[in-house]
Amino acid sequence: MAIIKIKRPQLTLADKLYLPAVIKGLWITLGHAIRSMRGKTHGAAQFNSSGLGVTMQYPETKWDDQLPDYYRGVPALVTDEQERERCVSCQLCEFICPPKAITIIPDEIESDDPWAKVEKRPKEFEIDMTRCIYCGMCEEVCPEQAIYLRQDYAMTGLSRAEMVNDKERLYEIGGVRTGLVNKWNELK
Amino acid sequence: MDHATLIFLISTAVKIIVFTFVLTLPIIAYSTYAERRVSSIIQDRVGPNRVGIPLTLFGGKKDIPFCGLLQPLADGLKGLLKEDLVPGHVRKFFFWIAPALAAAPAFLALCVIPFGSSISLFGEDIKLVIADIDAGPLFVFAIASLSVYGITIAGWASNNKYSFLGGVRSCAQMISYEIALGLSVIPVLMVFGQLNLSDIVQAQADGGWTLLPLWNEHGSVLDAAYWANSGEQWLLLIPLTISFVIFTTSIFAETNRMPFDLPECETELVGGYHTEYSSMKFALFFLGEYAAMIVGSAVIVTLFLGGWSAGFGLDSAISNIAWGSFKPGGLIHLAIFLAKVIAFVIFFIWVRWTVPRFRYDQLMKLGWVVFFELALVNIFITAGIIMLLN
Ligand code: SF4
Ligand code: SF4
Repeated sequence: MAIIKIKRPQLTLADKLYLPAVIKGLWITLGHAIRSMRGKTHGAAQFNSSGLGVTMQYPETKWDDQLPDYYRGVPALVTDEQERERCVSCQLCEFICPPKAITIIPDEIESDDPWAKVEKRPKEFEIDMTRCIYCGMCEEVCPEQAIYLRQDYAMTGLSRAEMVNDKERLYEIGGVRTGLVNKWNELK
Repeated sequence: MDHATLIFLISTAVKIIVFTFVLTLPIIAYSTYAERRVSSIIQDRVGPNRVGIPLTLFGGKKDIPFCGLLQPLADGLKGLLKEDLVPGHVRKFFFWIAPALAAAPAFLALCVIPFGSSISLFGEDIKLVIADIDAGPLFVFAIASLSVYGITIAGWASNNKYSFLGGVRSCAQMISYEIALGLSVIPVLMVFGQLNLSDIVQAQADGGWTLLPLWNEHGSVLDAAYWANSGEQWLLLIPLTISFVIFTTSIFAETNRMPFDLPECETELVGGYHTEYSSMKFALFFLGEYAAMIVGSAVIVTLFLGGWSAGFGLDSAISNIAWGSFKPGGLIHLAIFLAKVIAFVIFFIWVRWTVPRFRYDQLMKLGWVVFFELALVNIFITAGIIMLLN
């Protein structure tokens, strides 16, 4: 390969004087200021800006429509198209959860239930959101595709007790999720 | 005590209270707000826009945000209510007096700034300046350079290497800029031939601002009479512009503003000299910095941009407005002066958010090698021009 000799740039008098560079800088910042006051900042629309600069002013403007599918929000239990609760209370998630946020009390499914062969379901399923670190381990470890990190991220509460999601709330957040593997269905 | 002395005493007391507490303190408070808003506008952000009247606290439905205009109040309240932490390893006495030493000089320097022309009340002319002394600029330099003691003592008393470095830097910076600062105003003083700031402003009102000589005693540029003194003002504009650039830059350094904020310099020195300070003591440093900035702008406006004068030969008309024996012209001049100062403060802020911090040796070099010589040569140029024209 040929050797290319690059000349070091020589500072011109204008560079050495600082002042032209300062004035150029002032011009650039003025441009930004004017654009941002006219609500025409570059990228404002892309960031769902509130009109001033590119900043999204959170509670008033949100970015929920831009959340990706794999967004790791609040972990929650899901039901499938058959309205069946999918968790079999194997407690794998409870044991893998790094901060020990999950507490499960297992229960037996009565023998007269159409899904009796599944045998177990959770009696209590609690996720303590003051402990959860949104790592997604529970979703990864679940053999039943029963627990997913959903798109909610604004978990608030006035007491510690309020920050614990019980089973009912978890199903409410999780909702119905379609397209899962239904391994307990009868083979045709 | 006779009538005149009494009026003098009362008016001075009123002027002290009005100029420092009613005018300057709110301007300081709102320049912190302006700093945050302007910086955010420049950086495409929003800035504090929420603090208003918290009606919801009193059972209202909605807060009134007022564009965050009450933010300075909330900040001040926070400064007062926060825990005042004095670390165990500091030198208590100096640690306590340093913030006051840093804040007081800026306020002291206010007293020679002419805020307006004069108002006539009960047949007495009251000049809108607290102390009308014949050594205005010298007084400002003498007092303003004292604020470096506050910073240096703070750095030393904190017993912390970062704070100490901040204090040392502040000292070195002060020494390298003070000379250029002093030398660069000499051409201005030579042109006006005096040191009384009120009279300098009066001379600018009559004979054109230092940097905008568009009119003189004979009329504006458009009149033939203006050129009676053969454009002397335009020739003098060259050294005066150099003076202005040096003086403004030195004021930036003197007030520890970006691009010369080496004593605090968050990226290198944590917080510099005020690393160990908290709550109101920290707020005092902050107050001092902004007060110095306002005094600096006021001095620049007074020396170079016509002070309280409206210019274009309007000033005598403004001064002559009268309601009976009360002549309110001075108040209009006061408003013009404040408008100019505020505009200059915004320029300060604008520069801060544009120019990155100078490296330490660059700053020293700029002070000693460039500005010092330039200011010195500038004096001779001015002297030459004045000699030539007479
Ligand atoms: S996301 Fe992580 S921390 Fe949260 S419940 Fe699941 S495993 Fe535990
Ligand atoms: S959610 Fe999944 S991993 Fe957790 S107990 Fe239920 S089935 Fe097991």
